[in-house]
Amino acid sequence: MPRREDIRSILIIGSGPIVIGQACEFDYSGTQACKALREEGYRVLLVNSNPATIMTDPEVADRTYIEPVTPEMVIAILEKEKVDAILPTLGGQTGLNTAVKVAETGALERLGVELLGARVDVIRRAEDRLEFKEAMKAVGIDLPRSGVARSMEEARAVLEEVGLPCVIRPSFTLGGQGGGIAWNREEFEEICAGGLALSMVHEILVEESVLGWKEFELEVMRDRADNCVIVCSIENLDPMGVHTGDSITVAPQQTLTDREYQRMRDAAFKCIRAVGVETGGSNVQFAVDPRTGRQVIIEMNPRVSRSSALASKATGFPIARIAAKLAVGYTLDEVANDITRKTPACFEPAIDYCVVKVPRFAFEKFPDANPGLTTTMKSVGEVMAIGRTFPEALQKALRGLEAGRQGLGLDRKDPMVRSREPLPEEEIRAKLATPNADRVFWLRLAMRSGWSAERVAKATSIDPWFLEGIASIVRMEDRLRAFPSTAALPDDLLREAKRMGFGDAQLATLFGEDELAVRAERLRRGIRVTFKVVDTCAAEFEALTPYYYSTYEDEDEVRLSTRRRVMILGSGPNRIGQGVEFDYCCVHAALALREAGYETVMVNSNPETVSTDYDTSDMLFFEPLTREDVLNVWERIAPEGVIVQLGGQTPLNIARGLEEAGVRILGTSVESIDRAEDRDQFASMLEKLGLRQAANGMAASIEEAEAVAARIGYPVLVRPSYVLGGRAMEICYDREQLHTYVARAVEVSAGRPVLVDDFLEEAIEVDVDCIADGETAVVAAVMEHIEEAGIHSGDSACSVPAATLPAAVQDEIRRAALALARELDVRGLMNVQFAVRQGEVFVLEVNPRASRTVPYVSKAIGVPVAKHAARIMVGQRLRDLGFTEERTVTHVSVKQPVFPFNRFPGVDTVLGPEMKSTGEVMGIDTSFGGAFARALLGAGVDLPDAGTVFLSVRKADRGAARVLGRRLIQLGFRLVSTEGTGTALREEGLEVGILRKIREGRPNALDLLKDRRIDFVVNTPSGKGARTDEGRIRAFTVTHGIPCITTLSGASAAVRGIEARRRGGLAPRALQDYFPAAAKP
Amino acid sequence: MSDERMPALLALEDGSVFRGTSFGAPGEASGEVVFNTSLQGYQEILTDPSYKGQVVCMTYPLIGNYGVNPEDEESDRPWVEAFVVREACRVPSSHRSAEPLGKYLERRGVVGIEGVDTRRLTRILREKGALRGVVSTGKDGADALVDRARKAPSMEGLDLAGLVSRREAAPWTEGHLSAFSSDRRERKGPEYHVAAVDYGVKRNILRNLVDCGFRVTVLPARATAAEVLALRPDGVFLSNGPGDPAAVTYAADCVRGILGKVPVFGICLGHQILAHAYGGRTLKLPFGHHGGNHPVKDLATGKVEVTAQNHGFAAHPDTFRRGDVEQTHVNLNDGTCEGMRHLEVPAFSVQYHPEAAPGPHDSLHLFDRFRDLIAATRG
Repeated sequence: MPRREDIRSILIIGSGPIVIGQACEFDYSGTQACKALREEGYRVLLVNSNPATIMTDPEVADRTYIEPVTPEMVIAILEKEKVDAILPTLGGQTGLNTAVKVAETGALERLGVELLGARVDVIRRAEDRLEFKEAMKAVGIDLPRSGVARSMEEARAVLEEVGLPCVIRPSFTLGGQGGGIAWNREEFEEICAGGLALSMVHEILVEESVLGWKEFELEVMRDRADNCVIVCSIENLDPMGVHTGDSITVAPQQTLTDREYQRMRDAAFKCIRAVGVETGGSNVQFAVDPRTGRQVIIEMNPRVSRSSALASKATGFPIARIAAKLAVGYTLDEVANDITRKTPACFEPAIDYCVVKVPRFAFEKFPDANPGLTTTMKSVGEVMAIGRTFPEALQKALRGLEAGRQGLGLDRKDPMVRSREPLPEEEIRAKLATPNADRVFWLRLAMRSGWSAERVAKATSIDPWFLEGIASIVRMEDRLRAFPSTAALPDDLLREAKRMGFGDAQLATLFGEDELAVRAERLRRGIRVTFKVVDTCAAEFEALTPYYYSTYEDEDEVRLSTRRRVMILGSGPNRIGQGVEFDYCCVHAALALREAGYETVMVNSNPETVSTDYDTSDMLFFEPLTREDVLNVWERIAPEGVIVQLGGQTPLNIARGLEEAGVRILGTSVESIDRAEDRDQFASMLEKLGLRQAANGMAASIEEAEAVAARIGYPVLVRPSYVLGGRAMEICYDREQLHTYVARAVEVSAGRPVLVDDFLEEAIEVDVDCIADGETAVVAAVMEHIEEAGIHSGDSACSVPAATLPAAVQDEIRRAALALARELDVRGLMNVQFAVRQGEVFVLEVNPRASRTVPYVSKAIGVPVAKHAARIMVGQRLRDLGFTEERTVTHVSVKQPVFPFNRFPGVDTVLGPEMKSTGEVMGIDTSFGGAFARALLGAGVDLPDAGTVFLSVRKADRGAARVLGRRLIQLGFRLVSTEGTGTALREEGLEVGILRKIREGRPNALDLLKDRRIDFVVNTPSGKGARTDEGRIRAFTVTHGIPCITTLSGASAAVRGIEARRRGGLAPRALQDYFPAAAKP
Repeated sequence: MSDERMPALLALEDGSVFRGTSFGAPGEASGEVVFNTSLQGYQEILTDPSYKGQVVCMTYPLIGNYGVNPEDEESDRPWVEAFVVREACRVPSSHRSAEPLGKYLERRGVVGIEGVDTRRLTRILREKGALRGVVSTGKDGADALVDRARKAPSMEGLDLAGLVSRREAAPWTEGHLSAFSSDRRERKGPEYHVAAVDYGVKRNILRNLVDCGFRVTVLPARATAAEVLALRPDGVFLSNGPGDPAAVTYAADCVRGILGKVPVFGICLGHQILAHAYGGRTLKLPFGHHGGNHPVKDLATGKVEVTAQNHGFAAHPDTFRRGDVEQTHVNLNDGTCEGMRHLEVPAFSVQYHPEAAPGPHDSLHLFDRFRDLIAATRG
C-alpha cells in the first residue's frame, strides 16, 4: 500500500526525562521515527522535555518543542501548529498516557487530529486489565486466573478466588510501578492500597501467581494489510516474579521446542489482532509452566518498548524505524531491510549468536531501599553482549556492567578466587531464594560451594538450561585451576576458555598475573578474537551494514576501507551519574567526524542508545568497554586514535590502561586528566594559577580527622579518598557526626585516608562548561545552581544565564575556567565546578572531559559543543568552527533533575552530596520564573496556583522562611507549619496554622496530606533519616504526587515559577524559534 | 561430567576444512552440505525425509537445548547424512525431553560434529553454492576427506524420493496431538478421501490433512496414475521429498495421468513434480532455501506469509510461459516461484511448507484451500 498522502504533519510525543522504567531507548526509537518520517517528506513535530536526547536536536525534527510532556502542552501545540496526526507509540508509557489524556478531552476531534498506530480504544484494551482479559478470552488465549478490583473490598473478594501468593498490578502505570507480590494478607493489603492510589484509573488486577514459571517475550510487528512478523523472541533467565526490566534476558528464546514456540507465536498474533493494534510494534509477554508447558499470556504493550530496543539491537531489525513507516501506510513488504538492502522487512530475523542482557542496579545509592527484586522495576540501566554461546555472551555482559566484575567471578569482588572453602549454606540459600542484583554470581558461588545444578534449580526456579551454562563456566574454571599459570595452559584449553567468554583479566586474577601479560601470552599463541557481523539473516544474504561483535572463531569478517578512522568509546550501561547525556556526546562526535570525512567507529555496550544504532557510525562494535575488549577492536581496525572524553567516566577509567598498551588517545592528554584528579597535583595547580580551594586535609584516623576539622572549622564535607562523584560523601556539622562517619569510613576502606574539606555553607554553586583547542579557550556557559552548595551538581537545578550572580563574579569565574583550560592544555571539553560564598570564588572540581550538562548547554546556547570538541580532537580549531566567543542569549534555560524516589517507597527524598537523580528536563522561557515552572512541570512537579502550603524548615533557614512565607501569602496561599517554623513566621506577623508533630497526636501534617488538604510542601531537612517526622512527610509526598521542595532556594525559585504562570501561562515555543539559524540541518 | 571430546572433521569439495568434535555416532558420512537458518526445530529437520543425501549445518549456534522427544519426529528415522552445529547441548531442558540430542544421534547412527565455525561454513555455501562434503570422526586426514567429498554424488539428477518413500499403500489416521491442535477447528461436512503420494512425506502434512477432515491413504512414490485413481480419491496430494525433481520422471508421468480427473495439491517436491507434469522445468538454486523465515507473497491477495522452506530446486519461469499455468506466490527475498496453479484443471501447489514443523503456521489455511477446491469441483 502506498504511504498516506492525506496527512502532512505528524507530532511525535517523546518520553520526557530518564526515569527507572523509561530510559534512553525512547530517544533511540523517537530519533529513528523522526528520521524515517522526514525521509518520506512529512513535516515532523516533536515534544520532549529531555534535552539530553538526540531527538531534541534542532535538526532532527522540523519543529522541536522542549516542553513538558503534559496533555495541556500537547493540546497547546496542536492548537498552535497545523498537525494532522499524532504518533503516540514511540514515547514509552508517557507518550501513550499523554495521548490518551489528550484524546479524552475531545481535542483530537475538535482539531481534526488522528492517532496513528493505535487508537484510544486499542490502547485501553491493552492497558486496562479487565478489557485485556476479556479480549484474550474471546480469542481463546489462556491467562492466569485473576480479577480486577477498584476498591479494597473488591480486592479481598478476588483474593478468595486466586489465593496467596498472588500478584497485584495497577492499571496504567509505568514499569509495573506500585505492583508487587503478596505472600501474606498484610502485604496484600499494603500493596493493593498503594496500587489503587498509584493507578491513573484507581484499578488493580489481582492475579494467580505464576511465580517461578518460565518467562518469554515476543516482539511483534503488524502492518495495515495485517501482515505480522515476530522480530525477536526473548527468554528470561530470572523466572516469573522479577520484572523483565530487572531480569537477565537472553535472545532468542532457548528452551521451547518449535511446536511450543509456534503456539506462542500464534498467540502473539492473535493478541495483537484482538487488541487491535493496526500498525507498528508491540511486545507480548508469556509465562510457561515448566512442568506442563501450559502457556499463559501476561501482558502486551501496544507500543515500542525497552524490549523492542533490545530486540532491534539483538537482531539488526530497526523496529521503531519500521513502525514509523508502517504508521504512515506502508506494508512490511514495501519497506527494505536496511542491512541486506535486497530483502524486504517482511521477514523474521534469523540470528546466529546468543544475546544476553543484564540489568544494572543502583542500590548503593539508596541504602534504605529493599534490594529484593520484584515485579516493580528497580534497575537504572542495562548492558547487552553478543557471543556465539550463552556462557560467552553472559560473561561479556557481566564484565560490561562496569560494576567491578570481570565476568562470572574471578575478579576482586569474588570471595572464591583463592579459597576452596564452601561459603556458608545459610548465606547461599538466602542469596538464591530471593531474587537480587547479585544472584547470578551466587549461582556460581553455590556451585563452587558444592551445590548441584538440580539443587540450585530447586532454590531459584531458574531453568536448568541456564544453570547448565553456569555449570559449564564452573567446570572450565576447575580445568583452568589445574594449571599454575597462563603460560602452562595447553593451547586448546586456553582457546576454549576464551570461547566461553573468560576475560584476560579473569585469568590474570586466577593466576595472580598481569592482564597485559596474559594478553601477550595469548596473542603469542595466535589466540585472537574474530569479529562477526550482525546481519538479520545468519549470513544467508550479504550484509552491508558493518555491525560487529567479537568471538573466538575461525573467520573474521571485518571489512576496512582506506579512509582515516577514529574510534569513539561510548558510556556503557546507564547508571545514576552517567546516563543518556554522554551517549548524546558520543553520537555528536560520530556525526561531526563523519561530516569531517572520517570513518567513525563506535564501541559501546548499551542497547538502549542512539550510539548503538547501526547507522549512527560507519562501524559499530557492540562490545563491553573494558581494556581487553577495546584493545581487540583497536588492534583489528587500527584507527588514528580513540576519543575517551565524551563517554563519561567509563572510557576515562580505562584511558590510562589503553595508553599503556599503545593506544593513541585523542584530545586532552591522560596526564592532564590525572592532574585534575590527583589531589596534590590539583592543589599545586590552583596555587600556581592563584585560584582558591576550600580549606582541606586528609585523615587516616579519627584523631587526625578531628584535628583537620578543628583547623578548618565545621561544617566539613567528608569522603573516602578513593571514590569520585559524590559516592559516600557526607556533610558533618559537628564532632559527633564526624566521629560516626570516620569510624565507618576507616573501617570500610581499611587504611585508605578520608578527605575532609571545609564545607562552604550557604554558598552558590556554579558549573562551567568550556571548550578549548590548545590555542583558543571559550566558555560555553556559566550555570548557576538553584540549590546551594552541598547538593551534588547532578541533583541541582541550574540556570543559563546565571540567575543571581553579579557580573563581576561571573567574569572572575570565566577567567578562572579559561585559565584552568589553558593550564591543563585541554583539547576538547572541560567542566569546572565553583562555589561562591560572599563574593569569594572557590574551585571545587575540574573535569577535563564532557560533563552531563553538555547537551543542556548546547541547547541553551544553540551551539553543538560536543561536535566542536570532536573536531578539535582531530586537529581542527575553534576559529575554523566559528566559535571563538561565548554566546550571549536573551532567553533563560533551566535544567531540573528527576529522581527515582517513587521506586523506593519509604526512602527519604533529601538531597545531598551523593547523586540520586536518574534524568533531567529543560525549560526554556524569556523569564527565569517561566523557565523554572516549565522545568518543574516537565519533571512532574505541578506547582499549585492556590491552596495550602506546608512550610517547615530547619533552624538555620528560619530567616529566609519568613521572606518565602510572606510571598506565598501575598500570592494568596494559606500556610501551615510545625511549631518551630510556625512560631518564627507568626513573629513576623504572618498568619499560619501550626500542626502537631506526628507522634504528638492528630490531626498532624500526615493526616492533612492524606486528606489532600496540603497542596505544596516546602521542607528543608534538619537531620537525615527516613524515620523522622520530616522524612515520613517527604516520603509520603513522593508516593502521592504532592510537590515537595527540600531547599529554600528551590522553593523561592518555585514561587517565581508560580508567579510566571500567573502572568501569562506557559505557551509552547519551538527550539527553532529560539535559534532560527540552527534549524537548517 | 567430562568436557573431553573426540575430534571430528568436516571437509568440503572446495578444500575447506573445519575442525570440531564428535557429538553423535562415530563414523563418516557425506552429502550435499546445506545450511538451515531455523532457530529451533532441529528434531523435525533431522527427521524430514527431504534431507536425504544432505549434510545439514544449523546456523543457530546452540542446538539440542530442549533435547529430543517422541512427538516431534517427522518420520520414523533421522534422514540427514550428518549434522553440523556450533554447540550441542548435553543437558537439555524441557518437560517433553526424552534424551539429549547427542545420545539420540548416536543411537540412530547419525554422525554429528560440533565446535565448528558454522557462520564461516554458511558464508562459504552462500558464496559458492551448496557443496559436497564429508564429516568424519575417523583417523583420516583432511586431504583424504576433501578427496572423498569430491567423489560424493552430486544432487543433480539424483532420484532420492524413491529411496525414502513407503513401499506399500497404507491409511493414515493420526491428527494433531491435542496439546498442539488449539488452532484447528472441528470439521463439519463430508469426509473427503485423499490419496497422498509419499515422496518423503512429513508426518505433519498428513496430520494436517486429517485435521482438515480428510480420510487419508498414503501411496508409495512409484504409484501409477491408474493405481491412484483406483482408490477413487476426492483429491490427490503430492508430498515433499528429497533429490532432483527432474529425476523422478515416473512421478510426473503419474501426475499427468491424474490432472483434470481429480483436484491436486502439491507441496515442495510435489510442486516441482507438478511443474514437470505441466511441461515446465525446474532449476537448481545456488544454495537453496532452508529455514523458517522466508517471506512469501500471495500474488492474488497481496498478503505476505512467513514460511518454512526446504528446497534446493525451484520451478523454472518457463513453466508459466505456456499460458495455462499461473504463478500464485513469489519469494520476496529472491523472487523465486513459491506457488502456482493450473488455470484449466483443479491443481495448485506451493514450494514452501504450510505444514510448518518446524516453522510458522501462517500458511496452514492452504489445507483448507485444498478442501475448498475439492468441494467446488464436486459441485
